[in-house]
Parts: sequence; C-alpha cells; structure tokens
Amino acid sequence: MTEEIIIAGFGGQGVLSMGKIMAYSGVIQDMEVSWMPSYGPEMRGGTANVIVIISSERISSPIIKHFDTAIILNQQSLDKFESSIKPGGILIYDTNGITRHPERKDITVYRVDATEEASKMNSPKIFNTIVLGGYLKVKPIIKLENVIKGLKKSLPERYHNLIPINEKALMRGKEIITEVQRAI
Amino acid sequence: MEKELRLMKGNEAVAEAAIRAGVDGYFGYPITPQTEIIEYLMEANPAGTTGMIVLQAESEVAAINMVYGGAGCGKKVMTSSSSPGISLKQEGISYIAGAELPCLIVNVVRGGPGLGTIQPAQSDYFQSTKGGGHGDYHLIVLAPASVQEMADFVDLSFELAFKYRNPVMMLSDGAIGQMMEKVYLKPHKERSKTSPDWATTGKPTTRERNIITSLDLDSNRQELFNIKLLAKYDEIREKEVRFEEFQCEDAEYLLVAYGTSARVCQKSVQLAREQGIKAGLLRPITLFPFPTKRINELAGKVKGMLSVEMSAGQMIEDVLLSVNGKVPVYHFGRMGGIVTTPEEVVESLKSKFIGG
Repeated sequence: MTEEIIIAGFGGQGVLSMGKIMAYSGVIQDMEVSWMPSYGPEMRGGTANVIVIISSERISSPIIKHFDTAIILNQQSLDKFESSIKPGGILIYDTNGITRHPERKDITVYRVDATEEASKMNSPKIFNTIVLGGYLKVKPIIKLENVIKGLKKSLPERYHNLIPINEKALMRGKEIITEVQRAI
Repeated sequence: MEKELRLMKGNEAVAEAAIRAGVDGYFGYPITPQTEIIEYLMEANPAGTTGMIVLQAESEVAAINMVYGGAGCGKKVMTSSSSPGISLKQEGISYIAGAELPCLIVNVVRGGPGLGTIQPAQSDYFQSTKGGGHGDYHLIVLAPASVQEMADFVDLSFELAFKYRNPVMMLSDGAIGQMMEKVYLKPHKERSKTSPDWATTGKPTTRERNIITSLDLDSNRQELFNIKLLAKYDEIREKEVRFEEFQCEDAEYLLVAYGTSARVCQKSVQLAREQGIKAGLLRPITLFPFPTKRINELAGKVKGMLSVEMSAGQMIEDVLLSVNGKVPVYHFGRMGGIVTTPEEVVESLKSKFIGG
C-alpha cells in the first residue's frame, strides 16, 4: 500500500501541520512516511503545499508529480494541482472562495466545507482538522486512534488542551464530506 | 540499548545526532535552508546535559575559525551552513585541511551561483570535491540520501575525520534538510575526556610542543608535507569508498546519482522497468573518494550511463573519468532549485539512449 498525497492552500491555513499529523499517525501505525514541504517565500502568506507519502514499503522519491489524492484549499492550488491527480484518484476541496470548480471527469471529487463548518463551531483554527477528518472517511488508511496519537505528537504540549476540540473536528469532517462526482 | 524512533527533518536529525555523538562544540550562523540545525541545538541547550557548546557566531567566517580553534584542541567540533555561507568558510576550510585537523562541515545546498535561491540544488559538487578553498587538498565528502543518513553520518564523519585527521563535509541539500522521515537515533555517547596526542592542550614537561599550523615557509618541507597529504588521500581512496547499488545486476542503462537525486532515481528505475527498460542505479555515498573502480566495472556491462544531478552537470566529470570512454555518458538535471521528477529522468534516458 502506498498513498501519495498533496495538500495545498494558503500559508497559514494549517497545510503543513495537517501533513505533519498524517505523517506522525503513519509512524504510529508502523508505516513508512515522508513529509516534503514547499518552503521559503510561500510560507509568508502565499501558497503552501506539502507532499505526504504513507507506505507499507520503503519510500523512494519523496518528490513526485502525480498524486493519489489532492487536498485543495484554495483556487490557486486547484488550478495548479488538478491536473496532477492520477486518473481514478481523489480530489478533496473546500468550496470556500472557489470560483472555478474541478473539471476533470476521471477523478472522484469530494467537497468538505470546512471553513464554513469551523466558523459554525466558533473555532476557525480547527479548519484543517475538519478537512483531515473528511479525508480519513474517504481513505481510511490510518486508524482514528493513531491520528489522535499523531495529533498529540505534532502539537506542542502547551496546546494539548485543544485535543478534544480537534477530535470533534475530525468527527465533524467525517460527517460533512460529500461526494460530488465519481470517476468515470 | 534500543534505538529511539522519531519523525524528524533532516536538519533536526543532524542536530540531535550531534548531541548524541558526543560532539564538543557547534559554531554556526543561520541561513535557509539549514537554520533548523542551530535552532534545534539552541533549544536543546546541550551545554546543560552533555556539556556540548552551541554558539551562534557573528558570521560564517568567525564560525569556521572557531571550528579551527576547537579542532586544534583535539575537540569534536562542527559547523553547518548552506551554499553562500559555505563559500564564505572556504578560507578556513583550506587552513583546517592544511593543518590536518578533524571536523565536520555540513552543507545543506541551495541553488546558486551567488545568493541564488533557497530551494534545493546539488551545484556545490565541484566546490566540495575539488577543493573549494585554495591549495592541494581534499575533504572527505559524504552524501546522505535520507533523514536517517543525515543522522548516521554525523558519527561516521567524526570517525573518519579523526582517523585521517582530515575535515569531512556532509553534502546534503535543501530537500533532505527540510523533509521529515522516520529516523532511528543511536543511544547517547559520552563526550571524550581525553585528547589526541597531537592536540594543543597546554605543554606538559614530558613532551615536545605540539604545533598546529598550515604555514611552512621552507619550500622543501612544504613539498614533503604535500606529498604526505597525497599519500593520505590515496589511502582514503583505497579504503573509504562507499556506494549503494539498486538493480544493477542486469541493468543495460545505469543512472548515477547521489542525495535527493538518488531518491528520485530509485523511482525512475522502477518506472523505467515498468516500461521494459532495464535501468539500474549506482548511488555514490562518498563523493570523495568517488566510486571510480566500481563505475568502471559497470561500464563494461551497460550500454550507457546517465549522471542525474540538480546542477548543470558536475559529478558527470567524475563519471566520465571513471568510465574512461567505454560507453556514452550523458547528464540530466534541473537547476535553479527545481527538483528533478522521476518521470523526467525516464524521459531523458529514453531520448538519449533509446530514441523517441
């Protein structure tokens, strides 16, 4: 089993931390993982993206061009990465701020309106965990209990009081993710 | 003791491994993409536990000269930087090589020339393996291809540095420095309480003065010293070549790549074989000494070689020398901070050797 994922959005949306939680969870589940961020000017407000690979085998290249799953959090990233999804692959996106929706027919598309849901929950910062919850519903490659352990590992201890709300966010993401289109 | 499993960036792994290897001192100056090394060390504050000194110098030049001083006292000392900062250190590196002192210099390479870019590159190969500073000298150059190796090579570097009294460079790049992978950390080693007999630690009455210098104004003595250095480099060439092979047994085309490019090429080998092209990969782990002999042997078995580097083609010169005209050798690689993709390598292999 190898799952090759790109997560892309604005800097500050928690793109890199979402990837980090996935990577930590993978380690806890005894998988091989790699987490390759885009670093540099992007971190300061522009677009940010991270490639996460979770595999039962040794990972060769941490840098790849085609992905099993793309988690897309803004229009720029959708424009950039829609074409990079493998045929039959998965696109998960938040429709907030999206003006041009996905167009490919050979991929399965899910929407998870996490921005909206996070503000309903009065906690905009858990936006990325809601998206992660949605992802785990669609691709249950990592057990929820390991994701929660991963959360604990990737959050500094001073933020551990936020774990319950993040758990709630994971559950909420699982509930609200909706299939928009099945790959043909 | 059991090894400890962590998820870490390559840069963090170097820092943690340095503490665990019983390093006496780190002297550095921040620069992207390797700043996590000094950040991690500052936060870990090993002065309170192992007694390791971590110091942010006022410049790269100051940092390498602190390394020179520490190494002269027989201590396990290191510095790290990225390309433009490593250029600044070259004078000091040449002096350290000339004074035959052990130390570790980590270069997390970014694109150049000049300030270039902060993204990954492999364009410092010439600088690392063919001098960099002035004079006839060589560094021992290790090229990690994973976060695990970034950790493991700290210990190995010091082992080699002290064995040969020679500076060692760990030539990494922005991708391995910034990426997170699983890493098994070795148990803590105590800092050494003794000094090598050549170290300048204060002269007791029982021995002659130890002198650490890279200066000798007597040309005859200097030439004898140069000859001694050459003999040392020959011994290193003889004993310390390290490399790894992937699917070379039946390969018709050989990729030669180190560091991040070697990771990319592992996937390229797999993709090429799915298309019926028998590709293999030789990954030099030591860039000096270079696996010349093995590449020459493989040149007798394959139809051609492709040197894959994130540069305009630097290592290819060593591949060409190794192959010595037996088979065609080409270069492929992206520059400017762009990491080559596995697919691009396969396309290049096809267009150069197979046509189409």
